Amino acid sequence: MKRAAEIASTHNTITLEALNQFTALLKKEFLLETRQQHTLYGVMLYIASTVFVIYLTIDSPDADTWNSLFWITQLFICINAVAKSFLQEARGRMLYYYSITSPVVFILSKLSYNVLLMLAMNLVNLLLYTAFMGNPTESFLQFLFIGLLGSMGLGLVFTMLAAIASKAMQQASLMAILGFPLIIPQLLLLVRLSKTAFSEVFRDGVPQQLVLLLVSLDILIVFLAVILYPFLWKD
Amino acid sequence: MRLTWWKITAIVLLAYAVIGGLLLPVPELTQLGETIRNLYYHVCMWFAMMILFTVSIIQSIKYLRTGSIEHDIKAVSYAGVGTYLGLLGYATGAIWASFTWADPNNPAFASFGSIMREPKLIGAAIALLIYGAYFILRSSITDMDQRARVSAVYNIFAYAMLFPSIWIIPRLLPSLHPGQEGNPALNFNDIDARMRMVFYPAVIGWTLLGAWIATLKIRHKILMEKKWFTNEK
Repeated sequence: MKRAAEIASTHNTITLEALNQFTALLKKEFLLETRQQHTLYGVMLYIASTVFVIYLTIDSPDADTWNSLFWITQLFICINAVAKSFLQEARGRMLYYYSITSPVVFILSKLSYNVLLMLAMNLVNLLLYTAFMGNPTESFLQFLFIGLLGSMGLGLVFTMLAAIASKAMQQASLMAILGFPLIIPQLLLLVRLSKTAFSEVFRDGVPQQLVLLLVSLDILIVFLAVILYPFLWKD
Repeated sequence: MRLTWWKITAIVLLAYAVIGGLLLPVPELTQLGETIRNLYYHVCMWFAMMILFTVSIIQSIKYLRTGSIEHDIKAVSYAGVGTYLGLLGYATGAIWASFTWADPNNPAFASFGSIMREPKLIGAAIALLIYGAYFILRSSITDMDQRARVSAVYNIFAYAMLFPSIWIIPRLLPSLHPGQEGNPALNFNDIDARMRMVFYPAVIGWTLLGAWIATLKIRHKILMEKKWFTNEK
């Protein structure tokens, strides 16, 4: 009886320790971002110039075009924003992480940070799209929600791919090659789901089903990342 | 050449699939005509491809569990043969589509855009793109163990993502391809009984042939590795 209590308490301390490590790692990411602001501003400038180029090349896109352009821009932003998360980690620093934390905590902190980053970038992107090309959505709130959901998924998939690509040469271009085939179903789901915000009529329950599918895909990705990352981690 | 039982089975089944496939009676459908016999070759390519990809991912899992480089060689060989069969599946599918789907008033190239939007073709394209990326990933890592580990991780990750997409995409897009709800040819009611007599043996035959080619590649690669190691000493 006493033993069981002891085991339970050690379990508690282990989970507590993991949680502490997780918050410390997450805090470190934010600290790095505020210290090395050039990377963040770089991504924002990337968004601004992409949207500006699209604005100049297309006069006033109709709703469908606006929607698909938005998601393609979001995809490219994601590749650029997430790519740095593993590329900036030098070999020596990885060795240091190796000695202080576990791979599961490490990948979870990376996933959460990139999701937060993508959520913020989604807002910036949406703001610029609305400013330059108007907003053809009927229900802006719905589109905002779908955008946040989609950015989350994109961030998750590309974090895992950045982890894979960081082990190879020509990492940035490799990430796109590895990622595009995997992201197609999610993008199709998102473009389809976004049409609810453009007042396209769906059968009852279909949008909810699509949201459920996207969420379960996200859960699958986190699950796979937790299982597979420990193998990438050891060098 | 060592002829084990399954290689003999492959030869017999494929001889049957080619001779029987071209000569045995088939249902007469005005739309398809004699092109219906392509079922024995086109659909089998996709079946064999998916089976070989599945074997490849099993070998990748085994590699991550054991760390023996032999499993990595097996994984890449099965993936290679699977990709080749996928390309053959496209080739046979293109011949079939040019008789059934292509707009007779348009040249074949002009109807490509509308044909390619087929969910089944998109699924197949995703699978081939994934394995293309897999080979590029492999070639960009020089260290042997790291290459094996990283590509095994990508293989598993990509395969796990491929299945939802094969399931999701057909439900999002309209399709002309047979087997709208779910996967074609797995449903017993889809195929005429006479065709089943050739179709199932043909699937097994082509898969066995693919496995045969893969084992030859594996033996070759293992021998190359051994040669490399002995030269080193």
